[in-house]
Amino acid sequence: MLPDLGKYAFAVLSSYGATAVLLIGLIVFVVIRNAKARKTLEIIENEVKNGRS
Amino acid sequence: MIALLLRDLRLAFRAGGGFGLSLAFFLIVVVLVPFGVGPEMALLSRIAPGILWVGALLACLLSLDRIFALDFEDGSLDLLATSPLPTEGIVTVKAIAHWITTGLPLVMIAPVLGVLLGLPQQGYYWIILSLALGTPALSVIGTFGAALTVGIKRGGLLLSLLVLPLYVPTLIYGAELARRGTLGMDTTTPMLMLAGITCAVTALLPFASAAVLRINLR
Amino acid sequence: MSVWQYANPVKFLHLSGKIVPTLAVISTVCLVAGLFWGFFLTPDDYKQGSTVKIIYIHVPSALVAINAWFMMLVASLIWLIRRHHVSALASKAAAHVGVVMTMIALVTGAFWGQPMWGTWWAWDPRLTSFLILFLFYLGYIALWAALDNPDTAADLTSVLCIVGTVFAVLSRYAVNFWNQGLHQGATLSLDKEENISDVFYFPLLLAIAGFVLLFIVLTLVGTRAEIRQRRAAALLARTKG
Repeated sequence: MLPDLGKYAFAVLSSYGATAVLLIGLIVFVVIRNAKARKTLEIIENEVKNGRS
Repeated sequence: MIALLLRDLRLAFRAGGGFGLSLAFFLIVVVLVPFGVGPEMALLSRIAPGILWVGALLACLLSLDRIFALDFEDGSLDLLATSPLPTEGIVTVKAIAHWITTGLPLVMIAPVLGVLLGLPQQGYYWIILSLALGTPALSVIGTFGAALTVGIKRGGLLLSLLVLPLYVPTLIYGAELARRGTLGMDTTTPMLMLAGITCAVTALLPFASAAVLRINLR
Repeated sequence: MSVWQYANPVKFLHLSGKIVPTLAVISTVCLVAGLFWGFFLTPDDYKQGSTVKIIYIHVPSALVAINAWFMMLVASLIWLIRRHHVSALASKAAAHVGVVMTMIALVTGAFWGQPMWGTWWAWDPRLTSFLILFLFYLGYIALWAALDNPDTAADLTSVLCIVGTVFAVLSRYAVNFWNQGLHQGATLSLDKEENISDVFYFPLLLAIAGFVLLFIVLTLVGTRAEIRQRRAAALLARTKG
């Protein structure tokens, strides 16, 4: 499955691993932030509507 | 403007603390380094110009939040902002006052501390020259940082984080000038660059500082 | 019709909501294809062995890290000149992506430097400038986080971004003067002779496209989050007041 990386396997694999961790962390952070903001906004918008009507 | 400068200087001397504090801090940094790297004079004298530069920079950093904080708290900054004086002028005067109370003493005490680090004979001239050329830039850049963080409570740490990267070019050329001078190498490039940074920063950065200060005071 | 109509938050939300899924898919495809191609299907370099595979991450992330800062500079200028809120918020969102890209470039560089140069870190001009760029990102994000009033924060961070750009460029030259480098020359330049060979070139281009698109997607999503937060805060203030 893996290509033969020779004696540099550690360097290459850990680079890819570290990048994967950082990128996934970033994506999760951004998406969760957006979802949270969307939810809060919906709650507040509903409150505003109900409060006025 | 001169009245404001005199007022700032008088306040700095009268309050006492801020004036002596950065000098004491500089002294402590220089004393601590031999404890950290060992007492070999050969090594110390080789890194002496760099240590003196970093120490002076940190000592300068320490006193930055005092530039606007006191005036901001008692409201005199608002009064100054509504006075006919342009904000750029206020910022420049603040930077000059900071340099006279912090930069100038640092320049004068640096050769004394150089003795502790075994700075070679010919190094004294260069350390004084490089600090004298470079510390005005540190004060002006620091004033920009202080203006950015003036409204923030406990902004001291943030101020350091913002200002330190801005200090990098000044530090590189300043320390390089001192190092090359001490080793008797060619000093033209770092000297011109350091002087250029100081002049450019003094001419241009007050506009940014003033803009930032106006934003913070509105 | 002009591009400025998308400075309207509602229009921006509408348009970005439509294009984000498409872009995300294209970005994923490019990333997966480029990295897969690079990782499994390219030969080892005769000098660097298999470490050359790191290039498919290292170069794109570094490229995005620098250009993210320039995008922030442009967005900051637009905010200061035209006062479009979306612009300032996009700059804030881009900073979060940029700082992670800088981290990726630094980390992969360290993993690459360890076998090639025998050291994790060297005070080489390129490495040092990147570390300084990282510090600038940290300061920028910290300033955003420290200020409560969003308009003041947008103004102050914009000025910091502009001043920071000048100093970052200045640092680049200062650092060059301060130390000679170990680092390779430009990977991609118009001068063909200097470029890497075609075997590595095409997967690298794919990976770069993937990273750039990923940056755009994440910045758009981040901007959407910021706009919603702003709107929620504004509504809350209005009902309280």
